[in-house]
Amino acid sequence: MSGYRLDDGGLINRDNPLTFTFDGKEYTGFEGDSLASALIANGVDVVGRGFKYHRPRGVMSAGVEEGGALLTVGGGRFREPNTKAPVQPLFGGLVATAQNAWPSVQMDVGRINDVMKRFLAAGFYYKTFFGVRGGTKDWMLFEKIIRKAAGMGRASREPDPDSYETAHAACDVLVVGSGPAGLAAAKAASDAGKDVILAEQDFVLGGSYLSRPGGIDEAVGAIDALRIAGVTIMPRTCVFGLYDSGVAGLIEQVSDDPGLHGVRQRTWIVRPREIVLATGAIEQPLAFGNNDRPGVMQAGAVRTYLNRYAVAPGKRAVVATTNDSAYAVAADLVAAGVGVTLIDAREIGPDAPDGVKVMRGMVPIRTKGNYVLKGVEIGTLDDEGYAAAHDTLDCDLLAVSGGWTPAVHLTSHRGPKPVWNDTIHGFLAGTTNEAIRTCGAAAGVYDHDGCIASGEAVAQGEAGPQPEEGANPAMPLYEVKSRGKKLKCFIDPQHDVTTDDVRLAEREGFVSIEHNKRYTTLGMATDQGKVGNVIGIAIMADASGRTISETGTTTFRPPYSPISIGALAGRGTYMHFRPVRRTPLHDWNLAQGAVMTDAGLWKRPWYFPTDGESMDDAYIREMKAVRSTVGLCDVSTLGKIMVQGPDAGEFLNRVYVNGFGKLAIGKARYGVMLRDDGIVYDDGTVWRMSETDFLMTTTTANAAGVMAKLEEFLQTRWPDLKVQLTSVSDQWAGIAVAGPKCREVLQAVTTECDLSDEAFPFMGIREARIAEADVWIARISFSGERAFEVYVRGGSANAVMDALWDTARPIGGVLYGTEALGALRIEKGHVAGSELDGRTSLDDLGLGGMASSKKAFIGKAMSEREGMRDPDRLQLVGIAPVDSDKRLRAGALLDSRSDMVDQGEGFITAVTDSPDLGHWIGLALVKGGLKRWEGKEMISFDPARDGNTAVRVMSPHFFDPKGERMHG
Amino acid sequence: MIRITCPFCGERDHSEFSYGGDATVEYPALDASVGEWNEAVYKRSNPRGPHKEYWHHLNGCRSWLIVERDTLTHEVGKVEFAHPGLRAAVEKTA
Repeated sequence: MSGYRLDDGGLINRDNPLTFTFDGKEYTGFEGDSLASALIANGVDVVGRGFKYHRPRGVMSAGVEEGGALLTVGGGRFREPNTKAPVQPLFGGLVATAQNAWPSVQMDVGRINDVMKRFLAAGFYYKTFFGVRGGTKDWMLFEKIIRKAAGMGRASREPDPDSYETAHAACDVLVVGSGPAGLAAAKAASDAGKDVILAEQDFVLGGSYLSRPGGIDEAVGAIDALRIAGVTIMPRTCVFGLYDSGVAGLIEQVSDDPGLHGVRQRTWIVRPREIVLATGAIEQPLAFGNNDRPGVMQAGAVRTYLNRYAVAPGKRAVVATTNDSAYAVAADLVAAGVGVTLIDAREIGPDAPDGVKVMRGMVPIRTKGNYVLKGVEIGTLDDEGYAAAHDTLDCDLLAVSGGWTPAVHLTSHRGPKPVWNDTIHGFLAGTTNEAIRTCGAAAGVYDHDGCIASGEAVAQGEAGPQPEEGANPAMPLYEVKSRGKKLKCFIDPQHDVTTDDVRLAEREGFVSIEHNKRYTTLGMATDQGKVGNVIGIAIMADASGRTISETGTTTFRPPYSPISIGALAGRGTYMHFRPVRRTPLHDWNLAQGAVMTDAGLWKRPWYFPTDGESMDDAYIREMKAVRSTVGLCDVSTLGKIMVQGPDAGEFLNRVYVNGFGKLAIGKARYGVMLRDDGIVYDDGTVWRMSETDFLMTTTTANAAGVMAKLEEFLQTRWPDLKVQLTSVSDQWAGIAVAGPKCREVLQAVTTECDLSDEAFPFMGIREARIAEADVWIARISFSGERAFEVYVRGGSANAVMDALWDTARPIGGVLYGTEALGALRIEKGHVAGSELDGRTSLDDLGLGGMASSKKAFIGKAMSEREGMRDPDRLQLVGIAPVDSDKRLRAGALLDSRSDMVDQGEGFITAVTDSPDLGHWIGLALVKGGLKRWEGKEMISFDPARDGNTAVRVMSPHFFDPKGERMHG
Repeated sequence: MIRITCPFCGERDHSEFSYGGDATVEYPALDASVGEWNEAVYKRSNPRGPHKEYWHHLNGCRSWLIVERDTLTHEVGKVEFAHPGLRAAVEKTA
């Protein structure tokens, strides 16, 4: 192909030349050019290499169906692979590079694959590597090499620097496509008083108008009328999918210039009352020998380049057709000064346009040339459909029309399968009872005036013109076969799928079109079968002796055209994807040097290092201080739910396994709740503040879930209970004050509350004031030490914490984080998230004694199931290394045999170095629990870290098992 | 893409709601047998077509709703409060 710019015409601004580079070489195009038209205008013929065989490829189309000119645009962080050159508007400074070619498109080493073709046929992955000797390991090695040799462009490994956003819109009518039918439909709907959105994927409106001589002027008039009528016009906006409830998904390409750092793409969620599809039709290729050679192009695309871009894609053209549409292409070529021979597969056809040599009953058999097109061998078809060579025509452009197939993808997204139509030899949209209608070429109406009439009629709810055969019916020809010649006939140029691949797959038993597609990868490239599908189906039908209708089509699914993941994510990235929750004491903790950790969405202090301590040193120091003096910990993340009303006590009785009805006012109680299926769900404390007011605390992780569950119970199961729930998790801060000197610290800051054992016993709750703030204090302990928890409004949390810390610090107190918190609870054998793993029962956790026998509660019946009493259940135990110098690792598997099988007898859930015991300890879940294992040795298996360690099984209550320290 | 008309808040996008399970299941009394509870916890029909489901208006008024949804088309039909008292109140005002 030796393309060049025409002297005049086209929708380009010759006053605004734009400089761009392709593979490092500088070129100039004009404003209004696509990247493809600019490349052709500069005489660039080879723009890339094929996927498997590395054959040279040129521009094949003028739209989203492009199978040849897939380029990488931009570099570094902005690199965008697989950009279809025909739909990429040219901009100044655009940097494009060829894909799948090394060192260059002219001399590509991978070309050797073409010679190896017979080894790379359909399904070669499966055949070559199924059961390879080295197993998965070898396969992974081979796969790496193959993927490097075959493939498309490479995405940037760096984070996407561009911004995206999501927008919502509603309208009466969404018109998709701005060709003659779409513009007419939008006008008619608008004239009927409807609110219309017109979406066009191209960067210029007009659709097929733009490909007609003088069509640009016609389109401008129609578009202006829409603007005046108030239609919302959205160019560069692809309707990529239709979804439930009549929702359409659109992607608007807002900006190309990555340097601007504005929004690159915008996703629109549009809810129209009606959808009118004027999506046009896609010209189909013909399968003949070497039909992928640069210089072979869709006939309609040639017309677009001539009229819209003022570019002639060649100097000497052959037009090969099976239908009337290509005659106009030949006429436009002549008008542009290009010599043309038209070969028509039919004996019929329109009169030859002026200056065009027409040869009837002729088909292309194979192209000639080295890298690029030099000529085409043509011939006649015999009765069985085989071609016999007749002549070879010199040319550098071969414009092919194998007929048209309507773009019915969007209707298919809603379920209806496309239906084969024998009049147009193409698929039409299936019927749907949703408010989706199709007009123009998308409905099989191919003539220009018919499209306008169709758009007008369909927008008004009428049928309009229907598909017609015309005076010269098109010939349903898909493939040119030739006796005795091994022809490489491509039907999916992007995935390098040939007619032989489809036939081979059919012989191997892939007779369903869906199976054949997956085996050959036909139609699975970025064009999703827009050009190859119909031929593929036709060849399948031919090979299996069925009709095309019987063979059926594959299912079109969104997106219609590739869309970037960034556009779908919109602004939901980083902190917008995963928001951060901070406690009221967040800044206070940071000011004290806290190293933070994530607990769900929460940020919590992990440990408070001093003098560059390691985490291990810090948390051991914090633990020791809690056990010897006092520690303060931010526990604000716990779920806090007010449960209020005359039936609150009864309600709590039903949701917790233990009794709450008789809980005295001014007292708290530890409670465990089960799920309906009898598995332990959550634990926490409940404080009774008055006859009808309770405060429930939940674990941090289940705060939201417990709230939703309690609401469900009250609204669906027990609507008779008079209970009001209010989440106060975010409103209240919580501070644990734990350790032997906790009373000393608290008493110093609160004057009116008597904290003596007599006045404030274990599990008591009291109202008090600290730092002029109202607080609730509960004498509860998670650490096993004498301890209090102080709850205060978030706004006063800093003042209360300041007061407590000012008192605690001088007497050797510490701030402690979640690492020490977790270690302290392990020493006490308190269960937490790693043991409440959604599989453990009360008995498994040694909490069976808590369950009340005097009342029923959620999960009670199911906790008595046979399986819940299996002696082999995983149950909570404590473990310590036999050699006290060894450390333990959470997650390690436990077994008594050194040749452990499967998943062993259990696993370690949590570990800590215990300063009180002088060695590591851990909690574990093992089959049969203490009953089976107490005092016995097991092996901890940790092959990826420390290897095997001998451990002894013991009670999980390592430290102060009788609880004397916290009861005081 | 579903929209649910909450009887309290009005028509809202489904992203405000959380699916809450099969609303045709009748949970037995807390002291009912294991057999009855087993039915309620595990036995589910899997209807093709109209179905009654619980949806929780989690990011709205936090009402539990009974939503009629067609499992084939996602079409949403009648939406009402799960709480019988609220349901009766709505009917009274209607």
